[in-house]
Amino acid sequence: MTLTAARRRWLQDNGVYVAVGALLLFNALFTANFMTLGNFTTQLVQAAPVLIVALGMALVIGTEGVDLSVGAVMALAAAIIPLYLGAGPVPAILMALVAGLAAGAFNGFLVARVGIQPIVATLALLVGGRGLALVIANGQLVPLHDPAFLALGTDDVLGIPISVLIAGLLALTIAGLTSRTTFGRQLVAVGGNRRAATLAGLPVNRVLVGVYAICGVLAAVAGVLATSRLAASDPADMGLLMELSAITAVVVGGTPLTGGKVRVLGTVMGVVLMQLVRATLIKHNLPDSIAQMIQAAIIVAAVYVARERR
Amino acid sequence: MTTLTAATRTKVLQRQGAAVALTVMVVVSWLTFPRFGSLDNLRDLALQGSFLAVIALGMTFVIITGGIDLSVGSLYALGGVLAAWGSQHGFLTALLLPLVVCGGIGLINGLLIARTNMAPFIVTLASLLFARGLLLAITDEGANTYQVAPDSAFVELGRGTVAGFGYPIFIAAALCVLGGAILNRTGFGQNVFATGGAEQSAILMGVPVARTKVLVYTMSGTLAGLAGALTAAYLQSGVTVIGVGTELDAIAVVVIGGTLLTGGMGTVLGTVIGVGLIKVIQNVINQIGTLDSNYQSVVSGVFLLIVVVLQRILRR
Amino acid sequence: MPTDPVIEVAGVTKTFAGVRALDDVDLTLHRGEIHALVGENGAGKSTLIKVLTGIHTPDGGRIRRNGRISTIYQEVNLVPLMSVAANLFLGREPRNRIGLIDRARRDAEAAELLKSYGITADVSSPLGTLAVGEQQMVALARAVEADADVVIMDEPTSSLEPREVETLLEVVHKLHEAGIAIIYVSHRMDELYRICDTVTVLRDGKNVHSGPLRELPRIELVSLMLGRSVNEIQKHGTTAFGEDHHADTRPVLEARNLTSRPRINGVDVTIRPGEVVGLAGLLGSGRTETAKAIIGALPLDDGTVLVAGTPVPRNVKAATRAGISMLAEDRKTEGIIPNLSVRENIVLAALPRLSRFGVTSRKKQDRIVDTFVKRLRIKVSSPEQKVAELSGGNQQKVLLARWLCTEPRILLLDEPTRGIDVGAKAEVQALIDELAREGLAVMLISSELDELLDGADRLVVLRDGAVAGELEGAQLTREHVLAAIAAEVMDDADSR
Repeated sequence: MTLTAARRRWLQDNGVYVAVGALLLFNALFTANFMTLGNFTTQLVQAAPVLIVALGMALVIGTEGVDLSVGAVMALAAAIIPLYLGAGPVPAILMALVAGLAAGAFNGFLVARVGIQPIVATLALLVGGRGLALVIANGQLVPLHDPAFLALGTDDVLGIPISVLIAGLLALTIAGLTSRTTFGRQLVAVGGNRRAATLAGLPVNRVLVGVYAICGVLAAVAGVLATSRLAASDPADMGLLMELSAITAVVVGGTPLTGGKVRVLGTVMGVVLMQLVRATLIKHNLPDSIAQMIQAAIIVAAVYVARERR
Repeated sequence: MTTLTAATRTKVLQRQGAAVALTVMVVVSWLTFPRFGSLDNLRDLALQGSFLAVIALGMTFVIITGGIDLSVGSLYALGGVLAAWGSQHGFLTALLLPLVVCGGIGLINGLLIARTNMAPFIVTLASLLFARGLLLAITDEGANTYQVAPDSAFVELGRGTVAGFGYPIFIAAALCVLGGAILNRTGFGQNVFATGGAEQSAILMGVPVARTKVLVYTMSGTLAGLAGALTAAYLQSGVTVIGVGTELDAIAVVVIGGTLLTGGMGTVLGTVIGVGLIKVIQNVINQIGTLDSNYQSVVSGVFLLIVVVLQRILRR
Repeated sequence: MPTDPVIEVAGVTKTFAGVRALDDVDLTLHRGEIHALVGENGAGKSTLIKVLTGIHTPDGGRIRRNGRISTIYQEVNLVPLMSVAANLFLGREPRNRIGLIDRARRDAEAAELLKSYGITADVSSPLGTLAVGEQQMVALARAVEADADVVIMDEPTSSLEPREVETLLEVVHKLHEAGIAIIYVSHRMDELYRICDTVTVLRDGKNVHSGPLRELPRIELVSLMLGRSVNEIQKHGTTAFGEDHHADTRPVLEARNLTSRPRINGVDVTIRPGEVVGLAGLLGSGRTETAKAIIGALPLDDGTVLVAGTPVPRNVKAATRAGISMLAEDRKTEGIIPNLSVRENIVLAALPRLSRFGVTSRKKQDRIVDTFVKRLRIKVSSPEQKVAELSGGNQQKVLLARWLCTEPRILLLDEPTRGIDVGAKAEVQALIDELAREGLAVMLISSELDELLDGADRLVVLRDGAVAGELEGAQLTREHVLAAIAAEVMDDADSR
């Protein structure tokens, strides 16, 4: 009994690294042109928005919550960009981030102050948010031409694409936030035992609102970067099923859905793993249908390994 | 005493809130839009509502057990495609194939949730993905849309009418009456309430909680498949792009109808009223014409929010 | 006893993760017998019940069940959102001709049945609208009506009012007369001696005594439970508190007119530095609520809390900043953060003080944690050990350390020694003493009268959410406290 429990905990903690290693090895041996700098850059650029959303999701899940509205928030950010792009890329991006902040803070308010279950609270925005984005955009896909804004998706610094650089910096920031700040430690305590945290005089509501707000802002950042790369505002498809990808990455990375623990590096590796799986399937010419079904199976397997025993 | 009055208030809101909103909406629409009250429009409204009602019926059971089923939108689309494909082999294949396959996926959902303690929303999100993948696989990655022969008996199921009202309306009505009876008048129904009301207590009271969960997810999957089959019969083809976000509509109508998203309390009648409310709103948005159809999901979201917040406040 | 036993347990053992929860336990139960099952927390009572009801399979030994077993628990295990009648008949509903549930008949039968248990509430209303005592009675009715031959009752009276306890004990007596066997788990000596025929005492998973209860003197029963000789208990008392403290004259905490209906109503408490003030009263008399009101965790209808003469805003954060700390009663749900280390649990409340610009300092943390681990003698392999792995007593010390490192002026202790082993208990008691001597103002809540009488300099007795009396000096005796508490029962009887 104890042996299998220990083994499962090890798998839970390190499974993602083993899987990434195994997949890299497989591709090195069997996939042509996989272990190239160009391919890795492409993969990272594709994974960057998911990673940014997953970082916020990891924090929310650490508080024993979940945010189903991240995809809708990405769509909102995408819809807002063209409205303000006339005034320049900076105001447009700022407005998109403010929308993300407002959406996240609203979720946090519902969870912390009104006391609604996170799934339920963020469901309303999942249902209505994309509709609102489409209403804002008149249901249209808007091509974007501002060169400075598009540079965000195409340019690089020292060979590293800007979006990857941003994702990396955000990952470092979130890692520092969770491990080295009072906010981060209070977040984990709130997720571990909310009542105890309240009685210990922790600012529980502020922490919760803060966490959902950060998640909202990060989703908006992802929406901005994805929009820039697409060179178009597409609220109908932007971030569809992103909540699933983000939750998967977080859980695959070893953060339990029951809260009280945030694994930032694990989350990064979770995103990398899911990206590698997709890339491997594509490189071996498996159709999208099969790829989706395999992803579904991986999600179930990861959550199965990570689940809490009764 | 405070708990008692709170409970009474909740009861009133649950029983009457959506009904009052629906009545007001209908009266106002009737007076404002001359076309709203026409028999044609009402028939169309009922028909459109019947597909959603069938899906929402299963969702009602799932939500009362304290769960959620996000896979029904994909299963709805999958059911339609399977029915259209199956229709070339006759009526029974067209009807039963979607029920069996979608019911089977629902069964797997239920088994994973009940036996392994995995969160319902993530299991059913995964099967949302899986069912879409399966749909793409059998339609040549979505390129192939199966048609139902226009003169087949299966088309009659979707397009046949009694006094101008389509068969799906009667099928949905019959299922809802049956569902209501099962929920309130059978041991299984009591188990559904007990499972969602207090799972640990239910286990100690001898309720077969795991079996109950497996059954409700199987039901939900089967009903989504049936709704897909009816839709395919009505549209005479297995449209591959329908059902995106339908799970959210279904959840919204169930909750607007007064079923507690936290489980343990709810009615089929409320769900039917919720369907009516959403469909009337959609109809009105279409009548206005100048309004974007996307307003419908915004309105659903707002309604959902209001109901959830009210439920929470009244339960304090 | 002349009849065949309905339950026969012989040599049962059960091990969890290397810890022996049950070790060669025997128990025999006959028809109509009321059998007390006693022992301290962690003695193995719950495990034995779970083995009896089949939730756990024993690792060794033999169990013979000769009838149906029903169990009612301390927490009412029913479904609050379902109607009273639905709860009562869940799984055995009366049916009509076509097999559907006959709701009219169900409700009628439920109303009829519950009348004999003294419940006249509307059976079609949700169970959650009933008082806890009534809910417990419904649970009991359900257990009995399931044609049970054996009813196991796990601390059934712990959340009941005295009047409800009476009704429950009457029902138990009726069951006994109807030939139903009962296993009765309780900590209340009066109840045990009133209704039970036989007793089994468990200690550390072992069966240390079985036999008729009335022949066993109370002090002997206590010593069997605690594992100390009767002599020792009489000589040293049961606690490790020292002498009274010399308190300052000006109160550091003044709580005035604390009111949160219906639980507390106009409670006044003052504590001076260096003083231990005990809160006595029955369960539900408002002790925990008073503490929670002081720390700002309970919404108030009225009342003020002053620390050193300055009013404190009503929230936990402000109260903590003003120097009030509270050790909550329920360690698991309100105390420890299980997934965090001992170090993180200790520094949790003091974290902002150990950080600069929101960034935590590991060095400061280690220093303070080291100090408290040594001072409170917390047994850990390392401060990085997960707190969930510690014993109850050590977890309690970690929580005490959490509060002490915020350097509080007022410490509210709610049942600080509940559920921890005897050795740790004495250490915690000695520590409370020491803290008061150092000038801390302490409020001590305990259900153990001895702990209050020995530990407190002054006692505030609560009754029905209001102060029923304050006792000091020579008045600090068992008789005075009981008299103050008992007035409630008499008042109650008069007013009805």
